[in-house]
Amino acid sequence: MPAIVIAALIAILPLLFPSAYYYRIGVLVFVFALAVVGLNLLMGFAGPVSLGPAGFLGIGAYSVAIGPVHLGMPSWLCLLGGALLSGAIAFLVGRPILKLKGHYLAVATLGLGLLLAIVLTNEARWTGGPDGMSVPRLVLFGWSVRGATTWYWIAGATFVAGFVLALNLMDSPTGRALQAIHDSEIAARVLGIDVARKKLAIFVISAIYASVAGSFLALFNGYITPDAAGFLRSIELVAMVVLGGMGSIVGSLVGAIVLVVLPQVLTVFHDYEQALLGLIVMVFMIFLRRGIVPSLAVALAGWRK
Amino acid sequence: MMILEAERLSVSFGGVRAVDEVSIAVEAGQVFSIIGPNGSGKTTLFNLVSGIYTPNHGSIRFAGETVTGLEPDRLARRGLSRTFQNLQIFLRMSVLENVMVGHHRHEDTGILADLMHWPSVRRQNAATREVALAALARVGLADDAGQASGSLSYGALKRLEIARALASDPKLLLLDEPAAGCNPVETQEIDRVIRSLVRDGITVMLVEHDMRLVMNISDRVHVLARGRTLAEGTPEEVRSNAAVIEAYLGDHGAKEAVRAFG
Repeated sequence: MPAIVIAALIAILPLLFPSAYYYRIGVLVFVFALAVVGLNLLMGFAGPVSLGPAGFLGIGAYSVAIGPVHLGMPSWLCLLGGALLSGAIAFLVGRPILKLKGHYLAVATLGLGLLLAIVLTNEARWTGGPDGMSVPRLVLFGWSVRGATTWYWIAGATFVAGFVLALNLMDSPTGRALQAIHDSEIAARVLGIDVARKKLAIFVISAIYASVAGSFLALFNGYITPDAAGFLRSIELVAMVVLGGMGSIVGSLVGAIVLVVLPQVLTVFHDYEQALLGLIVMVFMIFLRRGIVPSLAVALAGWRK
Repeated sequence: MMILEAERLSVSFGGVRAVDEVSIAVEAGQVFSIIGPNGSGKTTLFNLVSGIYTPNHGSIRFAGETVTGLEPDRLARRGLSRTFQNLQIFLRMSVLENVMVGHHRHEDTGILADLMHWPSVRRQNAATREVALAALARVGLADDAGQASGSLSYGALKRLEIARALASDPKLLLLDEPAAGCNPVETQEIDRVIRSLVRDGITVMLVEHDMRLVMNISDRVHVLARGRTLAEGTPEEVRSNAAVIEAYLGDHGAKEAVRAFG
């Protein structure tokens, strides 16, 4: 039901767009929202905090750059390959680090993110180093995908697909197990849930979401730098999850909208842009402390009564 | 048939022997209670049996197989479930969802199917819901299925944990102080629930301070003091055991003992 509403909104919204610039913002919102939905499945539903999600975003982004440029592979194949690679890395790294809890896990994932970003910066022969590299256009069945309008529909459709998969997962045996783990690992275990395996599974899924989002971002922008995988990008994604609402899939979209659109709006304040952005985020968290969507949902329920 | 046999279990924490050479044998279909003063190792024994702690010494057999050192989730999948003294409710989930999690070990869908919401997942969700509703009905919480779990009273949460464990269809159910903090009416309800479990062939191990409940319902009572076995027997035997009364209540507790053991 929420998926249909959001799909309809995505379809109708362009009627209000005065220029191509708005399509561009739309694409960025969908791409980030996709990564945030994946991160929210991990952090918001299952519990483990990750401060390195941009690492997987970077793998996805550089896959569609390095594959076509250096290896002559088609972009769509590299997108899938990047997702597989991200999943595989998450699987291998997740085993040892998901045993950690709380802040220790957060720092370990932070390390993972930094490590991936440093590899992308240092392997200049493949990645162009700190200057980044250009990304060839996506070609599908001989059709070269270009323009913000086209990407709006592709990214929008992909986001809705990711959104539906996330909702499906939550309303399934795996989803219930993940939510149980978040509230009480010990109770989950004595009910037969293999906690380590479930956490690893959601860590891998979350990495794949980020990787696909990263590939889209690179293909859309046509250029990629190691910043895509950097610490600030990770923090931005985490902030989107928390701001929109931990454990709220709709909140992931809202969090991405706020943190993508707000900086654009605030550019009119020139030098004060960043300071105002920080202030607004703080005010949001003070007054809507459970995140925008869950807090408003509670307020709405109270108001109805 | 013995469903659970623990041989000379010991576990130490920082030099303190929390459980010291304790052996128990629980007959299938009975209610087996463990009593003892605070700090005597009752909950530690439960944690050993349910796999949360690994014993330093000793062995555990469950349903005829050695399970010493097995993880709690593996034990749960063999049919051993438990509740907790300090509640372990999934507070973000509804009452019904809490109990649905209990059925997890019988759920048979893969993660890909879960993501795609294939018909198998829909069928599984419906089946799990049925099981959970039935388990809630057994503990008298059917009307609260849709509530947020946090909105239930303490006594109801105790029963919610029992329902959740029941949804896993256990052979052996460990109840850790199910009546603690419950009023007499709620305790009566717990008594009724335990009896109905036993009628259905579930073996119940009980840690409980409410002596009336223990003495009423138990087939056998095992008494611990400072991590060691003090006595074991039928409620009548334990009740009249001088060593038990003394250890349980101290030298000056004779009067209280008479009152408590009735």
